[in-house]
Amino acid sequence: MTLSADPRWSEALSHLPDYLGNHVRVSVGALALGLLISLPLAIISRNRPVLRTTLLGLAGIVQTVPGLALLALFYPLLLALAALTAAWLGFSFSAFGFLPAVLALALYSMLPVLRNTITGLSGVDPAVLEAAQGVGMTPRQSLTMVELPLALPVMMAGIRTAAVWVIGTATLSTPIGQTSLGNYIFAGLQTQNWVFVLFGCFAAAVLALVVDQFLALIENGLRNRSRIRTALGGLGITALIAATLLPAIARPHAGIVVGAKTFTEQYVLSALIAQRLQAAGLPATTRAGLGSNVIYDALTAGDIDVYVDYSGTLWANQFHHTDIKPRAELLGELQMTLAKQDITLFGELGFENAYTLVMPRKRAEELGIHSIADLASRAATMSIAGDYEFFSRPEWVGIQKAYGLTFRAQRQMQPDFMYAAVASGEVDVIAGYTSDGLIAKYDLVTLEDNRHAIPPYDAIVLLSPKRRDDEALKAALRPLLGKIDIAGMREANLRASGNDASSSPDAVARWLWDKIGPH
Amino acid sequence: MPATPLIAYAHVGKSFDSGRVVAVDDVSLDVAEGEFLAIVGGSGSGKTTLLRLANRLIEADQGRIAVEGEDVSRIDPILLRRRIGYVFQSGGLFPHLSVAGNIGITPHLLGWTQAEISARVDELLDLVRLDRSQYRERMPHELSGGQRQRIGVARALAAKPRIVLMDEPFGALDPLTRDALGDDYRTLHRELGLTTVMITHDMTEALLLADRVAVMRGGRLLAQGTPAELSASTDGYVGELMRTPRRQAERLGALLPRGDTA
Repeated sequence: MTLSADPRWSEALSHLPDYLGNHVRVSVGALALGLLISLPLAIISRNRPVLRTTLLGLAGIVQTVPGLALLALFYPLLLALAALTAAWLGFSFSAFGFLPAVLALALYSMLPVLRNTITGLSGVDPAVLEAAQGVGMTPRQSLTMVELPLALPVMMAGIRTAAVWVIGTATLSTPIGQTSLGNYIFAGLQTQNWVFVLFGCFAAAVLALVVDQFLALIENGLRNRSRIRTALGGLGITALIAATLLPAIARPHAGIVVGAKTFTEQYVLSALIAQRLQAAGLPATTRAGLGSNVIYDALTAGDIDVYVDYSGTLWANQFHHTDIKPRAELLGELQMTLAKQDITLFGELGFENAYTLVMPRKRAEELGIHSIADLASRAATMSIAGDYEFFSRPEWVGIQKAYGLTFRAQRQMQPDFMYAAVASGEVDVIAGYTSDGLIAKYDLVTLEDNRHAIPPYDAIVLLSPKRRDDEALKAALRPLLGKIDIAGMREANLRASGNDASSSPDAVARWLWDKIGPH
Repeated sequence: MPATPLIAYAHVGKSFDSGRVVAVDDVSLDVAEGEFLAIVGGSGSGKTTLLRLANRLIEADQGRIAVEGEDVSRIDPILLRRRIGYVFQSGGLFPHLSVAGNIGITPHLLGWTQAEISARVDELLDLVRLDRSQYRERMPHELSGGQRQRIGVARALAAKPRIVLMDEPFGALDPLTRDALGDDYRTLHRELGLTTVMITHDMTEALLLADRVAVMRGGRLLAQGTPAELSASTDGYVGELMRTPRRQAERLGALLPRGDTA
């Protein structure tokens, strides 16, 4: 199959107006806010060395915070702020998506603008400043008529750097709920859809280059006092913004928003839910690639309407329980806890996606290891890999305690890569997921948890407060409850991890529905 | 001399670095209306500071300075500077503004109309003998040093000041250009009835251009007077300063015997 005939290209293209539009809006918003803050700060601090050093130091520190972490930090911060304003001022705002993304990216844009503006202003020839004073300019006139025009080329270079950084970093705003070109990249990485990854990177790069060239045109126009070039550059930027605003105006109201976390199974299940809702005539969109710390709060805040979580995850991470209860009891208690926050536990899908310790079948048989208990005596010579959160989760502590496990080394890995790592012997054991299709693909075995150290992880459908009584939605989703068994989910996940056209989440969701739906 | 001098320094003092460096020390000096005064001194003599005290680019610590009879400390420094022309060393032109933009800056600040400014720019280009159509829209970096300084003079004269302060205006120019520009300015000074204070370290230039010369050293005013008066001075430093032009004149007189020049 040739590349151009691959239907994933047309699927990627169909998302472009939405992703690109959002990407431009969040980038422009962040850059505008960043300029609004940093330009006056730079101007104020130009004659105040202490303030200048402090500002540049702070902006430099911000720059060293990884973009992903900076974006993620703004979410809880705004959530707390929203709670405060709700309590004190009687209004609340969404801490999800646009706002945290704009704030974090604005902060990110500040260093180049601050640094270049300060450098540009301090680079103005003192003799020229003296002349400005001598001909009778006020300090403000000297600033606007002489200093800023002369510093402009250096300032514009900073603004261009900031624009390129913001556009690049905006791809990381997907996990906090801001749709961006990063949606291609996150979805592509999780579902091994390299077409999406490439498409997302390429689109972001082209956007950055185009914006940079328009800014260069403005800079060139200002420098050579050519109104035409300045106007053309300005027109280009305006046209770009206008073009990306059009789909937002034309787009119908979002309807039901289906959330998904950042792994393959979530992409498939959210696609499945959206398809069922659309089939029932309900307008539905998906917000995929949300961080697992963000998604539950987004549901309670009503930013998304429905998503699939796992009982053990909520139990341990959201509600901070350290004890482990039998499956049915845990679900019952969870339902009551959720109801207090006006969240509806609509039902279980039928499978569990629990953490489980996984080894290659051959090796396990050679060593006679069938359960975690068998592992205990050999763990000291073995290494273990887990996803980014596993080793800080309470169940890991529970497993270690219940079986007395101490490994020689533990490593964190991108979930999709750790199966290959354990199959190739790079690590000895991994903390995998029971529903993962790669277990079968790589001929791995899951080790028994006889002492029940790992809590149950039933996949459950959660509804937001405003969908509590939405009978149409419930009717559309009811056929899914209890229908997806572990074998079905594993196969779906395996299909979705493939690297061809039939492995897109949408295609796999349709396959899954064909398998479980009423015929 | 008229009763009220146009610029009057009375016991003026200025020090920097919280008193450690005394730049101007108890100077009293009057500049009469229509007079061309040159202040001569080496670097660090306080001559530039003294000049800048007049339009409050620098504020005096002690004494009183009056311009056109008014105590400058009671005049808004911005308005004061707009009514006094100032010519900077090597032009001090704004590199991002055209010749017309540079010349018209003070009228612009004073709120003249575009038409008034434009007419004034043409008038001034004529005065400093630069072709209107050729130079109006040029940028400073496209001009020679002498042309830049002509624009600097035009800019200082733009808002029709009675007083012009000049900070070593011809120092960076080659001798021919310097001579021509000095002559042209001297003519302007006379025709426009200006009062000019010029700083220079070159006694020959001062003697050739000015009506009166003031000599500064170490912040103090050592002597002031017409060339003839200075020539009679008994002060050692003044005598030293006068020796160079006198010797030059003698040597040139011997080397270039008066003849019929074609």
